[in-house]
Amino acid sequence: MSHDVSSQLLNLACGLFLLTALGVLWRRQVSALVSLLTLQGALLTTIAVLLAAEHHSAAALAVAAGIGILKAGIVPWMLRRVHRLVPDARETRPLVNISASILAAAGLTLLGYAAARPLVAAASSASGRATPVGLAVVLIGFFLAATRQRAISQIIGVLLIDNGIAAVAFLATGGVPLVVELGVSADLALAVLVLQILTNRLHATFGSTDLDELRELHD
Amino acid sequence: MRPTVALYAPAAAPFLAAAFAAVLAWRTAAWASVLAAAATLGSGIALAAHTAHGSTLTSGFLRADALTAYLLIAVGAVATIACWAGVSHLRDELTADATAVGAARRYLVLVQLFLGCMCLAVLADNLGLLWVAVEATTIVTAFLVGHRRTRESVEAAWKYVVLCSVGIAIAFLGTVCVYAAAVATGAHGVTALNWTYLHAHAAELDPDLIRLAAGLVLLGFGTKAGLAPMHSWLPDAHSQAPAPVSALMSGVLLSVAFYAILRYKTMTDIALGPDYTRTLLLIAALASLAVAALLLIAQRDYKRLLAYSSIEHMGLVALGTAVGGRLALASVLLHILGHGLAKAVAFCSAGKILHTVRSPHIDAVRGLASRTPGLAAHFGLAIAALLGMPPFALFSSELGIARAGWAGGLGWAVAAAFVLVLVAFTAVARHTAAMLLGEQPGSPSTGGEPASTAGGGQGWLPLAVGLAAAVALGIWLGPLQRILDAAALIAGGS
Repeated sequence: MSHDVSSQLLNLACGLFLLTALGVLWRRQVSALVSLLTLQGALLTTIAVLLAAEHHSAAALAVAAGIGILKAGIVPWMLRRVHRLVPDARETRPLVNISASILAAAGLTLLGYAAARPLVAAASSASGRATPVGLAVVLIGFFLAATRQRAISQIIGVLLIDNGIAAVAFLATGGVPLVVELGVSADLALAVLVLQILTNRLHATFGSTDLDELRELHD
Repeated sequence: MRPTVALYAPAAAPFLAAAFAAVLAWRTAAWASVLAAAATLGSGIALAAHTAHGSTLTSGFLRADALTAYLLIAVGAVATIACWAGVSHLRDELTADATAVGAARRYLVLVQLFLGCMCLAVLADNLGLLWVAVEATTIVTAFLVGHRRTRESVEAAWKYVVLCSVGIAIAFLGTVCVYAAAVATGAHGVTALNWTYLHAHAAELDPDLIRLAAGLVLLGFGTKAGLAPMHSWLPDAHSQAPAPVSALMSGVLLSVAFYAILRYKTMTDIALGPDYTRTLLLIAALASLAVAALLLIAQRDYKRLLAYSSIEHMGLVALGTAVGGRLALASVLLHILGHGLAKAVAFCSAGKILHTVRSPHIDAVRGLASRTPGLAAHFGLAIAALLGMPPFALFSSELGIARAGWAGGLGWAVAAAFVLVLVAFTAVARHTAAMLLGEQPGSPSTGGEPASTAGGGQGWLPLAVGLAAAVALGIWLGPLQRILDAAALIAGGS
């Protein structure tokens, strides 16, 4: 693959990566959100594979494969399980309406570009210039976690944040060291598992997964 | 003990005890967990003997210097008290049918995994692994917070996991920024996140990137350390977890998260100069003290009272760290140990109060001194220690932080902080006095069940040992002085 094609593919994957995050804000159906998250995981894997090919690194390729299995396979599977086991998790209830959310996302993307300046400046490779995309997805993830009512949308928010950080790591540095990546991935898988079990418990004890119901503890 | 053994033992012993707890009878497993905690303390002391002269010990991904050894002593000491008190806690729960044997087993496994992760976090040479270990503590404690499966505890567990995962994710973004800065200086692979490498090359790191990283790391690990304004999960989680777990979370988990901030600070101070982190820490310190003082005034739940007191003490720790310098940092480290011990005793006796009175409300516990004098004495003394009364260790550490602050030109911050400490002092003292001495509620149905207090026979010993240790530290540091000075020197950046 020539260098030009590879860098164009990388830019395309980064653009789509950001678009899937916007799609998550736009859609209400949880099944659609999970599909978008799967797609985003696959795009993250593409970014990782392209960068690994650019550096001719077998270890990086292995990391990319692992990321693909985790983020486009295991995590969406766990989310679908929540969706199946908890009946009222079909639709999210946004506190902020969809068009305002999209506007906010545009603002957050600009903020991502501003905040990523030191990262872009320090990165030696051309891929480093796409780093703001990752940061924008992190910020959109925060926004999602803060403005959605259902338990499952908070999980999706946390996952968007995580995908965004992974993208920043790949684009700015070519990926964190293998052993760190292993630890981080294990932590992520376990955290999603814990959240899945807690969602079930929320449903069992509160009768719904509406986070507005969580009002037992206050001062 | 050979030094390398001491390097691996603190993490290995709890993981081994967790494996035992999965198969042994609960009583044997509970004592094995006490043994594992004591082994952690023992290895901390062995490492301290080895590193007090300023040497470091490295093997694989683990590394120990005086600061590590000191933190391990703190973790080990508090964990020994908490696990020891946990034996009688579990027996009480099992006899009261509040916990099934299977749940007791799961509790013991998770507590040991929790302890192992904290030790790994302290021992990690690699900033990435430090992050992984701190995040792992959130995962293993989630089900400990939600142990009771009531509405309250499930809610607390949910908020705890979501807020801490998001918070710690911010810290990972900060770690990635540090990695990017290190890669730009020519490092690659695991080395680029190694503490030794980063400390040696801190002056070459890109200041803009490190400024971004410093803010993110402080925000991220600050969430886990319970610093305001990211503290909102803490009172929920600490009040819902079983008492010995609250003791560990309040007594050492907060300090372990703060240890990460201390480590990063030594690096960012070289790359940026101390002013940037100092300002951020001062804001967090004063905000934490203000939040704690205000919410302590009208507090109605005694475990939440202790949780807000933890936020107050973490605020003081952040204040001392912002001041910097040897006196302030030595005081901060003494504060961490003194607070850990006192808070462990306070939470474990609060657990016994909950078991006796069966209500978390302060109003329901009036007249404790006449009903159960032994319990009242332990709780009262632990609160006195937390309030910074002499001769407890927190008295000398708070005095040290205040003195260093005045001398360091931060008099205004110290003055504001200690006004807030005074407010918190008054609030805690008033609530505790009401619990211990207040008019006993008229109806005998809320108290006066001698049957439930009789089981405490051997349960007192760990609490008494904890209080004795807190007093001893306040009077005479003895051999600990050397390791404390060496650790303060490392926390100061040399």
